[in-house]
Amino acid sequence: MFSSCVEFSNVSKSFQDKTVIKSVSIRLPLDATTALVGESGSGKSTFLRLINGLVVPDAGEVLLAGKTIDYKNLPGLRRAMGFAVQGAGLFPHLTIRENVTLVAGLEGWSKQKMIERYRELFDLLALSDEFSDRYPHMLSGGQQQRVSLCRAMMLDPPLMLLDEPFSALDPITRRNIQDEFVTLQRIEKRSVVLVTHDMDEARKLAEYLVIIRSGEVVQKGVVKEVELNPVDEYVSRLFNKERVG
Amino acid sequence: MKRFLFMLLVTLGLFSVAAVANKQTVVVASKNYNESYLLAEMLSQMLEAEGYEVERKFGLGGTLVCYEALRNGEVDLYPEYSGTLSRAILKVNDASPSTNRLNQLLGGSPLQALDSFGFNNTYAIALKDSLAKALKLERVSQLSEQTELRVAFGLEFLNREDGWPGLSALYGLTQNPTGIEHGLAYQAIDDGKIDITDAYSTDGDLLRYKLTTLIDDRQYFPQYIGMPFVRKALPSEVKAIVNQLAGKIDDQLMRDLNAMVVIDGKSFAEVASQFLADMKITTQDISGESARNSLSDLIPDSLLENTLVHLKLTSIALALGCFVGFPLGILVFRSTTLSRTVVYLAGLMQTVPSIALLALMIPLFGIGQVPAVIALFLYSLLPILRNTITALLTIDPLLKSIAEAIGLTRYQQLRYVLVPMAAPTILAGVKTAAVISIGTATLAAFIGAGGLGEPIVTGLALNSTELILQGAIPAALLAILVELLFEGLERLLVKPHMLQNQPVE
Repeated sequence: MFSSCVEFSNVSKSFQDKTVIKSVSIRLPLDATTALVGESGSGKSTFLRLINGLVVPDAGEVLLAGKTIDYKNLPGLRRAMGFAVQGAGLFPHLTIRENVTLVAGLEGWSKQKMIERYRELFDLLALSDEFSDRYPHMLSGGQQQRVSLCRAMMLDPPLMLLDEPFSALDPITRRNIQDEFVTLQRIEKRSVVLVTHDMDEARKLAEYLVIIRSGEVVQKGVVKEVELNPVDEYVSRLFNKERVG
Repeated sequence: MKRFLFMLLVTLGLFSVAAVANKQTVVVASKNYNESYLLAEMLSQMLEAEGYEVERKFGLGGTLVCYEALRNGEVDLYPEYSGTLSRAILKVNDASPSTNRLNQLLGGSPLQALDSFGFNNTYAIALKDSLAKALKLERVSQLSEQTELRVAFGLEFLNREDGWPGLSALYGLTQNPTGIEHGLAYQAIDDGKIDITDAYSTDGDLLRYKLTTLIDDRQYFPQYIGMPFVRKALPSEVKAIVNQLAGKIDDQLMRDLNAMVVIDGKSFAEVASQFLADMKITTQDISGESARNSLSDLIPDSLLENTLVHLKLTSIALALGCFVGFPLGILVFRSTTLSRTVVYLAGLMQTVPSIALLALMIPLFGIGQVPAVIALFLYSLLPILRNTITALLTIDPLLKSIAEAIGLTRYQQLRYVLVPMAAPTILAGVKTAAVISIGTATLAAFIGAGGLGEPIVTGLALNSTELILQGAIPAALLAILVELLFEGLERLLVKPHMLQNQPVE
């Protein structure tokens, strides 16, 4: 049994009359990357949003580092969780530097500390400093996605939540950023929850796998073990589809 | 003795403002046409000659505005007509009520009609001399055969019971008249755009435009005997001064006096003081004083002051609009129901015609700049509110959820993400509100608020294109200037790529 970064205890969530998460209980491992894999509409994005309180469960509890989420102090909790999504989601009215350092500034970081961390991340993600004063729309999709990862990691959060951050990119850019992410994980070891529908990506980036179908956890475990012992059709199909594709 | 007192007062006034204020200030109003201005100016000069301070609220927009202002005590007196009092105000069907009868009917109200000036300015149907001759038209009853004639009436005549509705019923007239501002009707008839309009029988313009009036052969039109309409509570001394004019002006004299203004181009003050001197009601002395009250002074001096008043009205209204609309928009935008309700209500306000909204303000806030600012504020609210709500609502939901997910508090989300992203649209709303306010504020002169509407209203009363342009051109320039100002502000505050809604990613 591993110590957990995130724990769901009988968590359920419905939107209108559609149940999206059905009484899920699970613990996600600390300092490792867990991939949430499922077909679209399986509830994996809601799963992620339950962790940072963007979605509040109808029943059950979400625990972070052993404590139930305090929904009255979400901003504080969320600053300990990096968040990056498909399409980057940078704020168009802020420069690249402002996008990355917004929350650090509000946290009261010194200018020195802010610049050091910012430079460090830019190096890690192979971004040029000349982007700093530009606006998001002046950057390519891949560059924007790198910036959004910088934003997510700026406060050096112990937990990162990634919602298909690489899906919208072309294959070459995607592979490059994935490689950088792997390097990053070696340097700054942290807990990561990665939502993806791409099993290839899961195999490459994650140690642990949680397979979701219709709001339920179908199978969980170390990636290799799940691949070798799929519990049903659905799971093996997720692996096979990737091989065919 | 009185004269001595007056001199004493003036002398004291040099040393102490309070001494002048010893006698109460009398507020004299007029409606927005020539004769009303002229009579009001006469009454004002008579009061001033006796040492009263007079505040002139001339050119108010119609009977309702004057009546409400008088009832509210915003105004102490204004020239009114017996027919208007009985039909439009008291709503009784009495074609020729005496002053006593009117005061009986006014009964418990705080208002009172004083003795008539002596003339009867009733409605008349007017057309060009040449056209009347060509068609051999002399009587109103002949009009029932002339269905081809183009008819346009002043809005008051067109709608009031003792105007067109009753006239057309009695004479069986089937023409379909259009409504036109009374001051513009003569111009239109002169330009050959219309054939027939309503006129007043003492109107000096009848001479100027060579118009004939048709005989009211079935005696439809009630009598419109001119008389001061005052607040009962006025000191009897004031009423006595006003009553000096009783019986002094007959129809012919009134028409001539009117013509001196509209045809000879003399100022109201000049004509009034000359008349008062001729009648030995006041001495000619007053004309020295009246230099101060010449036409260009009556319209509170010069372009600059009008423009400043105009800017004051619109900028206060706009500031209030921002002060309320912006926070209100932020407060309600997260709730669809609330947003819809608020925008609906603000939109409702916008559908009330501006002159009607101004009139509705009078019972609540009286006349002058306060109700004008409030009405303009209500107009500016919608564009600001709607743009604020729309801008905040249409921000990409992904960016909204990211603002939340990266750990911004509600305030920080607004401060650093939502409001800056909404800023271009909000600013556009403020710009729209500003331009609307500048246009609408010209109507504020109808309720005595001054501004660039003042020369327009007076110009309409005098058929003076020059005066109308004195208000219209600066108002238009002001609107353009404000538009440019906001464009500059936009360039200063908003990054260029934020101007085209959302950048394409």
